[in-house]
Amino acid sequence: MYVAVKGGERAIEAAHDWLGRARRGAPDVPELGVAQIREQLALAVNRVMGEGSLYDPDLAALAIKQARGDLIEAVFLIRAYRTTLPRFGASRPVDTGAMACVRRISATFKDAPGGQVLGPTFDYTHRLIDFALAAEGAAPAPAPAPAEAPAAPMPHITGFLNRDGLIEAETPTDAIPPDLTREPVEFPAPRALRLQALARADEGFTLGMAYSTQRGYGRTHAFVGELRIGLVEVELDIPELGFAVVVGRIELTECETVNQFKGSRTELPQFTRGYGLVFGQAERKAISMSLVDRAMRWRELGEEDTGAPAQDQEFVVMHGDNIQATGFLEHIKLPHYVDFQAELELIRRLRAEAEANAAAMASEAAE
Amino acid sequence: MSGYNFAYLDEDTKRMIRRALLKAVAIPGYQVPFASREMPMPYGWGTGGVQVTAACLLPEDCLKVIDQGADDTTNAVSIRRFFQRTAGVAVTESTRAATIIQTRHRIPETPLTEGQILVYQVPIPEPLRFLEPREPETRRMHALMDYGLMHVKLYEDIARHGAIATSYAYPVTVAGRYVMDPSPIPKFDNPKLSESPALQLFGAGREQRIYAIPPHTRVVSLDFEDYPFEASKAPHACSLCGSAESYLDEVIVDDAGGRMFVCSDTDFCAGRRALAEEDAA
Repeated sequence: MYVAVKGGERAIEAAHDWLGRARRGAPDVPELGVAQIREQLALAVNRVMGEGSLYDPDLAALAIKQARGDLIEAVFLIRAYRTTLPRFGASRPVDTGAMACVRRISATFKDAPGGQVLGPTFDYTHRLIDFALAAEGAAPAPAPAPAEAPAAPMPHITGFLNRDGLIEAETPTDAIPPDLTREPVEFPAPRALRLQALARADEGFTLGMAYSTQRGYGRTHAFVGELRIGLVEVELDIPELGFAVVVGRIELTECETVNQFKGSRTELPQFTRGYGLVFGQAERKAISMSLVDRAMRWRELGEEDTGAPAQDQEFVVMHGDNIQATGFLEHIKLPHYVDFQAELELIRRLRAEAEANAAAMASEAAE
Repeated sequence: MSGYNFAYLDEDTKRMIRRALLKAVAIPGYQVPFASREMPMPYGWGTGGVQVTAACLLPEDCLKVIDQGADDTTNAVSIRRFFQRTAGVAVTESTRAATIIQTRHRIPETPLTEGQILVYQVPIPEPLRFLEPREPETRRMHALMDYGLMHVKLYEDIARHGAIATSYAYPVTVAGRYVMDPSPIPKFDNPKLSESPALQLFGAGREQRIYAIPPHTRVVSLDFEDYPFEASKAPHACSLCGSAESYLDEVIVDDAGGRMFVCSDTDFCAGRRALAEEDAA
C-alpha cells in the first residue's frame, strides 16, 4: 500500500531486485556487452558523454546498459560519477582547426580548401527500414583503401570571411572560463558560461529552442558556415616539465553558423557567429547549440529583444539541463500528503464558507 | 562505503558548503548562492538537504530523516540509508535523540532543543518566484525590501476567497528583514520556526541556494491586522494516539471513501501511544 508506505525499506530493496531482472530481460537472449553498446550504439554513447559532460565511451556505454537504454538516466549516472572525480588540471584550448576530420561540410561555399567531406552521415539516406539488418551476422564490406593523398589541412571556413572583415572578429582571450559545476550561475551570464550550459543541455530542449528561432521566435537567419567532426588532441601543461603534453584524443563536433547582421550605429553591416561544440558525433546538437547561442547574443549585438524564449538566457540556461529538469519533474511522484492535506483543509473551509453564505442569501431572499 | 569520503562529499566541497552556511547564519533568511554538486539522487528529491547534512555531519552525530513527518516513507528511508552507507553514523527515529534531523515538508511536533540542527529540503527557495520569475529582479526586490508584490498577492487572496489561500510554504519574515520561503511545510508548522532553540538550515540543490534561521530568531508569518495568520489543521484528533494538537494525515481506509486521521509525525504518535500503554499498565 503506497499511502502508508510502511516497510519502505523492504519495498525499496524488492523493487530494485525486480529492476535488475527487468534490465536483464529474457535470460535466453544473450546479454549485451558494454563493448557492443560502445561500438554499435555509438551515437547514444556520444549523447550520454555530451550531456553527462564526461568523455569516456566505455563508462557511457556501461551507463546505458545499467539504465536499460534510458539515455537521460544514463546521463544522470555519468553526472553523479563525474562530480566525485578529482580535478588535477585544465587542458589547453583544443585546436579544432587541426582536427582530423571524418566529416566536414559547408553550406555557404560550394568548395573550399580541404574540400567537402560527407563522412558517415544519415544525410541523403532514404529512411527505409533495412529488414536485412534483422537477419544479423553479415559482416560489413571492408572499407575502401584510403585516398592516396594524405589528409589536406582543413582551415576553418569562417576564417575566409574573417580575412575580408565580413564576419565579426572573434578576439581570443586567455581568461579562465567560468565553470557552472563549481560556481553558482548568476545572470546575466557571460557567453562562455552560456555555451557551457548549452554543451551539456538536453538535445531535445536545445533542438526545440533552435527550431523556434527558425520559425520566427527570435529569428537569426543562420547558415551552417561549417560543420566538422573528428579527433582533436587534448594537451595539458605540465608545470614540472615546462611544456604541454598530449594526454589523449577526443572526438568533437563543431558547428559555426554565419548569421545576418544589418549593422548598427557603430558597426558596418557584417555577418555574425553562432557556435556549437559537443563531444562525439552529435551534429543535431551542435547545430542547435549554435543557433541558440546566436539568438542569446541579441544584447551585445544591439538587436531587439522580441521576447522570444530562445533569446532569454535565463530561460534557456535554467531549463535546458535534463538532469535538473527530470529530477524536479519526477519528484512530484514523492509523497506530498502533508501539503495535499493542507490544501484539502483549505478547500473544505472555503467551500463551507461559500455554502453558508449562499444559504444565508437564499433565506434572506425567501423572507 | 569504500572509495568515497566520509558523508560522500569531498572535504573541499564541504568547506565550500560550510562557508555558505556561515554566511546564511550571519544573514538570517538571506539566500546564499552555493555551488551545488550533482548528487547520486535526483534533483528535487532532497539534494540540497543532503548536501547541507553531509557538510554538518560528524562521526559522533545521530541522524534522523523524515519525509511528510514520517521516518518510514520511501524517500526518508533512501536518504537515511545513504548516510548509513557513506558516513556510518548512528541513526534514530526519536526526535529527542537526534543531533541532526533532515526533513521534507514537516517540523517535528516534539519541541527541538539547543544543539540540534534541523535541515530542510527546499524545492523553490525564492518566496517571490511565482510573482516574479527573474532572478536578478527578485534579488533586487530582496535588497530593497520591496515586498509590496507579496502583500498585494495576499490581499488579492482575501478579496477573492475571504482568506489567504496559501496552506503550505507560507511566507515568513525572518528577524524583521528578509521574506523567506519556509519550504513546503504546512502553515500549521510556521509558529515552530520562531524562537526555536535549534539551528534551522535550508538547502535547495537544484536552485543552488542555502539559507538559515539561527537559534532564537523571531520568525513572523505574513498577515494583515484584520486577517491575522492562523495555523490551521484538520479539525480532528489522531485516531491512534488521540492527540488534538498534532498535524494529521488523512488516510482513506475503505472502498466507500471512509477515512481516518492520524498523526503525520510518526515518532510523536508512537511516543504518545507508548506512554498511554505505560499508564494503563
